[in-house]
Amino acid sequence: MPVNETFATYSDWLYRSALGVYLFAILLYAVEQAFARAPRKALVGAGGPDVLVDEPKSELTKSERIGRMGAAMTVLGAVLHLGSLVMRGLSAGRAPWGNMYEYMSLLCLAAVVTWIVLMAKFPIRRLGVFVLPPILTLLFLGGTVLYAESAPVQPALRSYWLVIHVSVISISSGVLLIPGVTSILYLLKDTKSDRFPKLPSADVLDRMSYRTTVLAFPLFTAGIILGAIWAEAAWGRFWGWDPKETVAFVSWVVYAAYLHARATAGWRGRGAAWINIAGFALNVFNLFFINLVTSGLHSYAGL
Amino acid sequence: MIAFLRNTWRGLTSMRTALTLLFLLALAAMPGALLPQRSLNSAKVDDYIAQKGWWGEFLLKLGFFEVYATPWFAAIYLLLFTSLVGCLLPRTWEYFKQMRAKPVLTPRNLSRMPHHAQAELDVMPDEAVARARKVLRGWRMETGEDTVSAERGFLRETGNLVFHFALLGLLVSFALGKMFSYEGQIIVQADGGQFCNGGIFNYDQFRPGLRVDGTDLTPFCVEIGKFSAEYLDNGQPVGFKADIRYQSGESLASNTWNPFTLQVNHPLRTEGDRLYLLGHGYTPTFTVTFPNGEKRTQGIQWLPTDQLTLASEGATKFDPPGVTDSETRRKNQIAVTGLLAPTPLLHGNILSSKFPALNDPMVAVDVYRGDLGVDDGRGQSIFSIDQKMVDQGRLQKVARKNLALGEEIALDDGTKVRFDSVNDWVSLQVSHDPTQGYVLVFAILIILGLGVSLTVKRRRVWVRATRLTDGRTLVEVGGLARTDQAGYGEEFTRVARAVLNEEKS
Repeated sequence: MPVNETFATYSDWLYRSALGVYLFAILLYAVEQAFARAPRKALVGAGGPDVLVDEPKSELTKSERIGRMGAAMTVLGAVLHLGSLVMRGLSAGRAPWGNMYEYMSLLCLAAVVTWIVLMAKFPIRRLGVFVLPPILTLLFLGGTVLYAESAPVQPALRSYWLVIHVSVISISSGVLLIPGVTSILYLLKDTKSDRFPKLPSADVLDRMSYRTTVLAFPLFTAGIILGAIWAEAAWGRFWGWDPKETVAFVSWVVYAAYLHARATAGWRGRGAAWINIAGFALNVFNLFFINLVTSGLHSYAGL
Repeated sequence: MIAFLRNTWRGLTSMRTALTLLFLLALAAMPGALLPQRSLNSAKVDDYIAQKGWWGEFLLKLGFFEVYATPWFAAIYLLLFTSLVGCLLPRTWEYFKQMRAKPVLTPRNLSRMPHHAQAELDVMPDEAVARARKVLRGWRMETGEDTVSAERGFLRETGNLVFHFALLGLLVSFALGKMFSYEGQIIVQADGGQFCNGGIFNYDQFRPGLRVDGTDLTPFCVEIGKFSAEYLDNGQPVGFKADIRYQSGESLASNTWNPFTLQVNHPLRTEGDRLYLLGHGYTPTFTVTFPNGEKRTQGIQWLPTDQLTLASEGATKFDPPGVTDSETRRKNQIAVTGLLAPTPLLHGNILSSKFPALNDPMVAVDVYRGDLGVDDGRGQSIFSIDQKMVDQGRLQKVARKNLALGEEIALDDGTKVRFDSVNDWVSLQVSHDPTQGYVLVFAILIILGLGVSLTVKRRRVWVRATRLTDGRTLVEVGGLARTDQAGYGEEFTRVARAVLNEEKS
């Protein structure tokens, strides 16, 4: 299967543009965060959409306008990003998540899209200044250290399970990146002293983390199970404690602990937030350490 | 005593303990990813222990190289298992009780509920209640005097229980699988090599489950036909496939062969066993013509030492023919060792391989003569000669040369070694796991249960209609979502508006 070089070049070009646009979005968010005043009062509707009682006048302040531009740039970046993945897929003639660079790209796209959805649901746009930088860092590492030319994959990966298992795992890991970040913000915010008046209330941060995790956890579970089904066809057993499988299992257990912690007195709040962060740290560890340092059956990094 | 037992049981089944056990499980599983494991790569474990000295020995004693088979790992998951059962039983009981229970009576003060709405309407209280009942169709309802209490979302707990029971089921099936499964690897020559699943000794490597003694393997036979591989120009493989024929069950009894194409990701599934194509390599064939004119031809697999170019190393061993005296025989054994290059690349005289497919293959051979040491009762690798014999001078290198197909090398005593041909071999794996179907069913139930329990919310609505002195009716609606409030607001607003007969704004 020949590789279409033109599409491959377009893909790289779109990838770089997406990175640039994301960076610009971060700057805009940062300006908004810096110049915005702390919301006077956040009415946390019990379950309903939160009503932020902001400036009484209805017209947008300058910083809000800049924040909206940041949000628009995020969406533009996501479109370019998606384009880069599509071009990669077209150029290689396969699902565009066959090596670490592509996997990372899909993961980050999932994170950005999750963020865009959350921005629509919660009044938390300005947090983009905290959420986008880790994503951009991953994208940058992906595009430099992990970069791999568009190419066909090895026989073991020639399976429709590549399309299903890897995409589900990658997307769910990407979605889980967001609660990782919002849980850190929660820990910063949830103190007696109001040190970070510009952050949304701890309750909003907690609920954002929970709802995103609750969405991603079944997806992540499904991803692991789909992987087991593929492993049965490819490696002769559905579960063999390969390092990648093991760490996926461990982070699954940690996220399960998060869900239980939220229903356990004494663990709600800060405890749960710490667990969520641990889960995310494990995901990152699984991505980098297990793929690059240890050797196992999942060594498809393409480096 | 009873109090102690009861307290222990309570402690064990509390959520806090379950949490702790979950953490312990996560922590205990980690070394398996960080340290080499026996079950994955036994040689690596030995290397690691040798490298780390007493620390390696210490880890070995504690079972850190077989984490998932250690008592401490088992202790954690058995405790978690017990905790889970202890948590599930009362919850299941509670669940069935609640299925039959009526929704909770309307509280006195609905305005204290997290969700609340009210309006004064020009209707009679019973009309308002009738209207509420109509709106709340599909909810579990209980009508009191001018009040309605309704509840919905029992599926949440259903999903929750399904998830946890399926988890138990999965663990039990997994454990049973470890008892009755087996897994074996074997190298078979392509172009006619056969393998029958008759017993452990047919395997190069065999890993039985705890209750498998190897006497009861699923009988089937395979014959490997043509193996073919496809590569990109840079040597990266694109696809492997082996045309095979097999007999199993009825076709074994009637001795008929069924054709099948074995590929990576496409195992042969027959009679509950699976046959996988794991890898491949090359078998060079050499003919040795002894001084007395007798010929011996042998082909045995060589081991790929470079996965990209499939440069392979090995040792093809010959006994001199017609020698009855074991002393004499042991002085005249011959081993052809060296490097096989499927596609040769020569730097002067140094041979290497530049491509994994066969294109005028060449071998760089060292021919040894003497005592191979195969009779001393110890097993030795089929891929190499015993270096000790060489060190002791009992096995001597007598010739060295690069050979293309058909070329030969003459030894000092007139013996000739000819490089005849190269064939493929495939490495196969046979797997047997009688419970994996159940594991799959439970895994699917896990996803379904999880999906339901995390999306459905258990929530309540109460409506009260009160006749006011001016003849109008005050209709109050209160709402409460159990577990998590998030996301209930929209639905409540919709219900409340319908009950209060308000236009959607």
